[in-house]
Amino acid sequence: MATASVATHDTAHDHHDHEHHDNFVTKYIFSTDHKMIGKQFLITGIFWALIGGLLSVLFRLQLGFPEMNLEWLRPLLGGWITETGQLDQTFYLALVTMHGTIMVFFVLTAGLSGTFSNFLIPLQIGARDMASGFMNMLSYWFFFVSSVIMFISLFIKTGPAGGGWVVYPPLSALEQAIPGSGLGMTLWLVAMTFFIASSLLGGINYITTVINLRTKGMSFSRLPLTIWAFFLTAVIGLLSFPVLFAAALLLVFDRSFGTSFYLSDIYIGGEALPNTGGSPVLYQHLFWFLGHPEVYIVLLPALGITSEVIATNSRKPIFGYKAMIISMLGITILSFIVWAHHMFVSGMNPFLGSIFMFLTLIIAIPSAVKVFNYLTTLWRGNLIFTPAMLFSIGLVSFFISGGLTGIFLGNSAIDIQLHDTYFVVAHFHLVMGSASFFGLVAGVYHWFPKMFGRMMDARLGYVHFWLTFVGVYMVFFPMHYIGIAGFPRRYYSWTGFEFSNMYTDLNMFVSVAAIITFAAQFIFLFNFFYSMYRGRKASSNPWRSTTLEWTTPIVPGHGNWPGEIPTVYRWPYDYSKPGAEEDFIPQTVPLSATPESNLPHEQEQVKTEMEIIKDESEALVANEAKES
Amino acid sequence: MEKELKYIDLVEQPISMHPKKFALWLFMVTVVMIFAALTSAYIVRQAEGNWLEYDLPQVFWFTSGVVVLSSLFLHWAYISAKKDNLSQLRIGMSMAVLLGIVFLVGQWYSWVALVDRQVFFVGNPSGSFLYVFTGLHAVHLISGVIFLIIVLISSFRYKVHSQAMNTMEMATSYWHFLGGLWIYLFMFLLLNH
Repeated sequence: MATASVATHDTAHDHHDHEHHDNFVTKYIFSTDHKMIGKQFLITGIFWALIGGLLSVLFRLQLGFPEMNLEWLRPLLGGWITETGQLDQTFYLALVTMHGTIMVFFVLTAGLSGTFSNFLIPLQIGARDMASGFMNMLSYWFFFVSSVIMFISLFIKTGPAGGGWVVYPPLSALEQAIPGSGLGMTLWLVAMTFFIASSLLGGINYITTVINLRTKGMSFSRLPLTIWAFFLTAVIGLLSFPVLFAAALLLVFDRSFGTSFYLSDIYIGGEALPNTGGSPVLYQHLFWFLGHPEVYIVLLPALGITSEVIATNSRKPIFGYKAMIISMLGITILSFIVWAHHMFVSGMNPFLGSIFMFLTLIIAIPSAVKVFNYLTTLWRGNLIFTPAMLFSIGLVSFFISGGLTGIFLGNSAIDIQLHDTYFVVAHFHLVMGSASFFGLVAGVYHWFPKMFGRMMDARLGYVHFWLTFVGVYMVFFPMHYIGIAGFPRRYYSWTGFEFSNMYTDLNMFVSVAAIITFAAQFIFLFNFFYSMYRGRKASSNPWRSTTLEWTTPIVPGHGNWPGEIPTVYRWPYDYSKPGAEEDFIPQTVPLSATPESNLPHEQEQVKTEMEIIKDESEALVANEAKES
Repeated sequence: MEKELKYIDLVEQPISMHPKKFALWLFMVTVVMIFAALTSAYIVRQAEGNWLEYDLPQVFWFTSGVVVLSSLFLHWAYISAKKDNLSQLRIGMSMAVLLGIVFLVGQWYSWVALVDRQVFFVGNPSGSFLYVFTGLHAVHLISGVIFLIIVLISSFRYKVHSQAMNTMEMATSYWHFLGGLWIYLFMFLLLNH
């Protein structure tokens, strides 16, 4: 039986050999190879995830143990520990702001989309590289510059930006407002400008590659769901990041040039500012026009990865392939028309509020379709619990539990009570934060063999999974309760208030759980870096998967396939097909080679397929004759 | 049959559109989104009142004419390049570049006219928006002029002709797009004044 490993092309074309003369700089630093760029994004993303996680542990210490003496943190935080051994109040605001910014943009956008779109798109659609390797390299280095600037802002005297990751004016627009609105905010804006440029360069490349560089036979209805997810993510990014750029541009003018786009009638210390005629709500509209699609920029790649991992490890075709695509398309479109549900309490017209509420609740339909399809794929499958599979199932769990609370929050009346409380924090940390993080980790476990040619240790993976999975629920589940009770987010000190001072135990519990969960990530880190050099050598298709990336050499060179790019003859989910010898048939196996498992309509396609193959081999012979 | 199974790919990949050209179109989409955001912000802000009314500078009519004329010249150059008429190509492109620079100078004079009318960048958002629209458009137009100059230079090196039209086509689409963008902005301002 013909399998994917028919790499026996005796008349090898050597037109890619010249690219193997890379020196250290062109191979590891200024590489234009999509696989290396993906790895660069991954390593940078892991670095940021550590910083972002560490910041959250710091403010969880303040929330869980408000009386604790933090003098021992002085070597790390210096002047941000007050003389009484407490965390500085403005620094607390900076911590939550930077935690949000880092996690949303640097980890779950660049670290997730940047890693897997880059790494998987050419490998799974059968392309040598991205449409423009140079633009791709530029995308990483813009991200790198952005990272350096954001990192520097953590260490300046007035502290990093402190107005929340949404940086609402007037707080963010007036340098006098809080220390974090000074230089820290300027650096934040500069870093985000570079970040937007990086995202757009990446996104343009992803879309161009998926549309133009698919291999023969790889029609849109044969694309793996990962590619569909990355493609739609890039479309969302392309349409929404420019709007954030516009919002940031006007904010820069307000901050540094004295215009009044967002500022009006403000008094500071009894003195009236000259700005009149601006509208801070305008910023909120512009910001959330990016901000809400951003949620799906973060989530869709994780959902795509999950589709792939769950189908592979259930040894079943994904349930409802077309429904999955349609629901992702639905999510993409809906994500642009629901932004004002973040602004129900901004004084918006209540009638407008109910329209946005209606549109928001519609998103529950495609989301529920996706969840249903995941569960039905798992249902009665021959489940193989690899770490990637566990993390994917974990994602589905978070997507359900976090998604349910979204129905509450999308309701404009209930949102009056829940707005800006820990209920919101719990909701988005489950459905967007943890779910996407689990998708990212699942992707790393699943494609690690392709990235580094070695396997990650599964037992450490199991320990990592259970500690993280239980830990995440321990951290975020209690937050629902204190949120319903009205406990507001971003408060530095809450013990002084009658309505919130009874939650000390719960907060302490959450903080301890958060620290344990954070510590558990070091198991992953060890596993990641140890396996990179010492892991078990991977076989060419360790998960017995159907998609194209497993037809490359174990560690593919620049150009991915020696010789010709494989042709695709079937969809990517031929798992456990009745009649087939193996429980998977790679996409490269023609229908004519599997008469025993073809369905009636596929048997009819065999004839046309044979004709195409004949034409092509003639063309190939002609081409080879021409070249020699 | 099965043993003969090989990677049967033609040397040429099935490319439906030139990738760089496609990427340029996507870039234009991002520019559209920036200006869509800004013009929507303009409408939303205008609806809230406290809005300074002033007359648009007359020079906009002139610059709009210039930008259309420039596009026409470029299109003439494009057709000439297709017919391998290289001298007409160079004349047309030079005229397009020249008119592009005239447009930029004209936009500068629109700012002078605004200042004469006591409409400043710092002040009521009504005026600030106009400076942002024209300024940001000018930034993009400068990138377009640079692009045109690059293509013009390569046309003098005989690198633009009927068999090598890719950069020429890209430059033409980008330039038409920027002209169209200005016409949109001008129409928008006329209708919302």
